[in-house]
Amino acid sequence: MRQDHLITATQLSRDDIEAVLDRARAVADDPAAYADRHAGRVLALCFFEPSTRTRMSFDSAAKRLGMNTIDMGDVDSSSVSKGESLSDTVRVIEGYADALVLRHPSEGAATLAGERVDVPVVNAGDGAGQHPSQTLLDLHTIREDHGLDDLTIGIMGDLKYGRTVHSLAAALTEFDANQHFISPDSLRLPRSVRFDLHETGAQIREHDELDPVLEELDVLYVTRIQKERFPDENEYHRVAGEYRIDAETLEAAADDLTVMHPLPRVDEIAPDVDETDHARYFEQAHNGIPVRMALLDTLLENAEAAEGTEVDR
Amino acid sequence: MSDHELRVSKIRDGTVIDHVEGGQALNVLAILGIDGSEGFGVSVGMNVPSDRLGRKDIVKVEDRELSQSEVDVLSLIAPEATINIVRDFEVVEKNRVTRPDGVTGVLSCPNRNCITNAGEPVETRFDVVADGVRCDYCATILRSDIADHIDV
Repeated sequence: MRQDHLITATQLSRDDIEAVLDRARAVADDPAAYADRHAGRVLALCFFEPSTRTRMSFDSAAKRLGMNTIDMGDVDSSSVSKGESLSDTVRVIEGYADALVLRHPSEGAATLAGERVDVPVVNAGDGAGQHPSQTLLDLHTIREDHGLDDLTIGIMGDLKYGRTVHSLAAALTEFDANQHFISPDSLRLPRSVRFDLHETGAQIREHDELDPVLEELDVLYVTRIQKERFPDENEYHRVAGEYRIDAETLEAAADDLTVMHPLPRVDEIAPDVDETDHARYFEQAHNGIPVRMALLDTLLENAEAAEGTEVDR
Repeated sequence: MSDHELRVSKIRDGTVIDHVEGGQALNVLAILGIDGSEGFGVSVGMNVPSDRLGRKDIVKVEDRELSQSEVDVLSLIAPEATINIVRDFEVVEKNRVTRPDGVTGVLSCPNRNCITNAGEPVETRFDVVADGVRCDYCATILRSDIADHIDV
């Protein structure tokens, strides 16, 4: 995998992750020092699927590095609606931008895009696959609260289709983390993610309810269970209700438990949790800015270095 | 001459794929893209007794030698297979198949939501993992059902 793309969390070593997070911390401490770093450069936002926070967060991060951004707009109003392939779309956009952020409904879309273009590509979500930039900001949030080693984390909700879960679980294998996965039977981790976890010898356990593990946890990462994953609405309401937390649920938790969520939430975290010391999901979302600044800075730097190598040859 | 050899006659030139797992012979032909219309002489023995496999299939194709990519995929559905190249009735080369590191362009990804199934100009690519293959694009793992996804 080229070091100027970020396609999947499985490509990231512990050193890669720590380097980006260290840089994110430096960015957060002194944003002015980064304000003009990539002035004159252009970031293309290519979202083939709706997105609010990821799109805006990359837009904001790029602008805070001095970059301009161009946005493909909604798929309905773009050439995609005329039947253009992703391969062609990214080849064209490559000529307009110095880096490309891609969200696409198909798994593997970012891998394909990365093979088609020379500029850095960031996977901002490919179907039920991966969402590695979210993972970096998740890790940043965890690291600020607890550090990333000797960590016990519970990941709850839709583990089957949740791309943030797939990326986070993979990245945590680089650290000394005990991972507990809590979900209904029908939404357990997919075979491919389980395979990677197994290959790394990661310590994982799976549960169908939160209660037995809650008090052990340093971090509880909650994800949304989507209605469209269930054939019938009653079944959805029954299952989703079982994986909903409120302030009362958290009374059994450790005092320093951090509750996270990639957002948007629907009702899996009751609003009364917002008022507890556990809630960290809004800070988590805000961490998207320094982390994505650090990520873009790193990828553009790596791309430059790669170009330099070519010249030397 | 053993029992199974009596059932399938010798060929002059071509390839004999022996020790194919029982029931996989038609998939072997699918991998080779042979459906009879090419005019090659093809003999198939299915579920013939075998010391090594219990029951095995055997495929003989006249006037056709296998390419490396064909052998690679063959190894996934018939890991015990031996490939005999026959010239003028003599076996001039006898090879066991070996598992490749990857397979390109032969299998289709079973994940309907994979980008390789989205009408893109892209060849599928699978890594060979412990007990199956894995899509390089969407990471889906294919195990016992590999033969169902041969796309030739």
